[in-house]
Amino acid sequence: MNDPYRQDPALLRGMTQRRLGRRDAFRLAGLSAAGLALAACGVQGKGTARPSSSAQAQSEVEKFWSGKTKNGHVDFANWPLYMDPKQPELKQFTQQTGITVNYKEVILEMPSWFAKIQPQLAAGQSIDYDLMVVTNGLHFQRLVQLGYLAPLDHSKLPNFAANAAPEYKQESFDPGNVYSIPWASGITGIAYNPKYVDTPPTSMADLWNPKYKGKVGMMSDSQEIANFGLFAIGVDPDKSTEADWEKAAAKLQEQRDAGIVRKYYDQAYTDPLAKGDIWLTMAWSGDVFQKNVSDGTDLKFVVPQEGGTIWTDNMTIPKTATNPVDAIMLMDFFYDVNVAAHLAEYINYVTPVPAAKDVIAADAAKATGDDKKLLEEVASSPLVFPSEQDSARLRNYVNGKTPEEQKKFESIFQAITTS
Amino acid sequence: MSRLRAALTPYLLLFPGTLWLAIFFVVPTVVMLSLSLQSGDVVNGYAFTFNWHSYVDGISTYHDQIVRSLVYGLVSTVIQIVIGFPVAYWIAFKGGTRKSIYLFLLLLPFLVSFVLRTISWQFFLSDNGLLLGPLKSLGLVPQDFHILATSAAVIGGLAYNFLPFMILPMYVALERIDPRVLEAAQDLYASKAQTFLRVVLPLSLPGVFAGVLMTFVPATSDYVNASVLGGTSNTMIGNVIQNQFLVNQDYPTASALSFTLMALLLVGIFAYAKALGTEDVLEVAAR
Repeated sequence: MNDPYRQDPALLRGMTQRRLGRRDAFRLAGLSAAGLALAACGVQGKGTARPSSSAQAQSEVEKFWSGKTKNGHVDFANWPLYMDPKQPELKQFTQQTGITVNYKEVILEMPSWFAKIQPQLAAGQSIDYDLMVVTNGLHFQRLVQLGYLAPLDHSKLPNFAANAAPEYKQESFDPGNVYSIPWASGITGIAYNPKYVDTPPTSMADLWNPKYKGKVGMMSDSQEIANFGLFAIGVDPDKSTEADWEKAAAKLQEQRDAGIVRKYYDQAYTDPLAKGDIWLTMAWSGDVFQKNVSDGTDLKFVVPQEGGTIWTDNMTIPKTATNPVDAIMLMDFFYDVNVAAHLAEYINYVTPVPAAKDVIAADAAKATGDDKKLLEEVASSPLVFPSEQDSARLRNYVNGKTPEEQKKFESIFQAITTS
Repeated sequence: MSRLRAALTPYLLLFPGTLWLAIFFVVPTVVMLSLSLQSGDVVNGYAFTFNWHSYVDGISTYHDQIVRSLVYGLVSTVIQIVIGFPVAYWIAFKGGTRKSIYLFLLLLPFLVSFVLRTISWQFFLSDNGLLLGPLKSLGLVPQDFHILATSAAVIGGLAYNFLPFMILPMYVALERIDPRVLEAAQDLYASKAQTFLRVVLPLSLPGVFAGVLMTFVPATSDYVNASVLGGTSNTMIGNVIQNQFLVNQDYPTASALSFTLMALLLVGIFAYAKALGTEDVLEVAAR
């Protein structure tokens, strides 16, 4: 019976029941904590400059790659319709190197992909992918500006050095291929379903034709629709100014308000086009070809007379990748002439390896029947090997020079697709 | 010692629940509130600045979508009551021994993912799809008729996707009604219609209220139906919020819109509860 609590119940009361009401204390603590918490929830961002000298670039490369070794696995994030679903190239790669590849078609649109990975990259965490294919444009610039991409060690890219076309070694968006080497280029033009569209579209005006009310698909990516809006008002995107952007946006808004646009799509426009929910749509050149091959559809693709958009999708390694050595080996593997040729045969996008043309032609000579026809088509396709005449009509994405300009650009065009 | 333990017991029992709420409700809410008052951009980061403009700008830019979402949510909820009540009534009073089978059948489609079911509706309702294709070739509907990309498609999708959450609480309320109460009504010479209107209906209201809570709120903030079944003029506020968060990375506007929506829904629910008699309804709905 020497229990002190029993002897003095007041002590227990004193210990457990505060004079200052518990609720008051909680309230006070809660309020101040809420205030602190509100201020502490800022979102990080950070700007790092592109290496200014080659010596600096070299030391960045060494810093990143030293101590990195081959792990036998690579996680690869790519866009849909960018490889034969049976993935013969990856199987060949695994056979040659013993490196297994986890290939995921998770990128449908640049803005949403960037928004998805940005928080992890800002926190310095792995995004679970070692290799990702990023389109040149605002978000590529942003990845570079924010220092999220690993500098490439070109001593590990012998095939690229030997086989890449010269123009792909001096891209304006990444001179010297510090952070990226191309996967493929492509053209944004107009795709249509001849079952519903009698007169083949030839110009941007067809996308504004009230005849196709509710049957036109446009893209939701602001850089994509911006170029089409600019072509439609007769302005060269390369030379466009902020005033032009406003005018192009007004033109696009007019198309939307007239009920001509059925929907703004990411890459999901091919199915509705094949089903007839939309009759003509903005489209990427190779998608239409692949859809025709895989589903037996008869969709057509044209580059409008005003022009089309040319873009390049690039293989990049995020700085937080866990298997960068395996990733860079895979990057170089796609610059093997035969691999590049087989890839181009299937995806029908512009290959950065010019020597692939001969391989495709040789394959066509060997093949028979339908395959032969298909391969001959690929080898002579202006979409895989654009002629100079076509190239003259193609333009790049509009890239605002300063972050303020970029922000302005995005807000002008996002207003159309998001409202 | 034992008294101390006794005093602590309720707190210990509450601890897991409190922790859960703290981690999954309080923290995200505080973070969102903070985000909604920040300014900046992704490249330079966002900082807390009491930026009330995100509310003003958000609401003035997207009031159409907010109003549209509330209307869609409301209409789909009414449709669900109209469809769901007879179903719940029938299962509760006429289901007999097969009640659980009927309930299982009701839930069966919902073992398939929400998005997948919505996409199959898209497939089914497509302009030349399983439904409209034959109708068009028979000339029963005009060639340019379409269901997708209309308000009707989105509201229909919402009503379809949330229906079981309306039926189940109504069923529970109806099932609870003591048969003796109905017999009493009969003994007092009430007609069938009178019994229904003055006995069954009032007793089922808590179930309806619970159903409305469980469907109106998610339907109003839903974005899947509008993005899969809708077109350019059916965008709901959920799509805008999703877009601002996950595409444009405009976190302040997205958070401000989320809070605005939350406030509107809370006001709506409390007004509704008041109209039905708050305490009664909330208490019974919580059973």
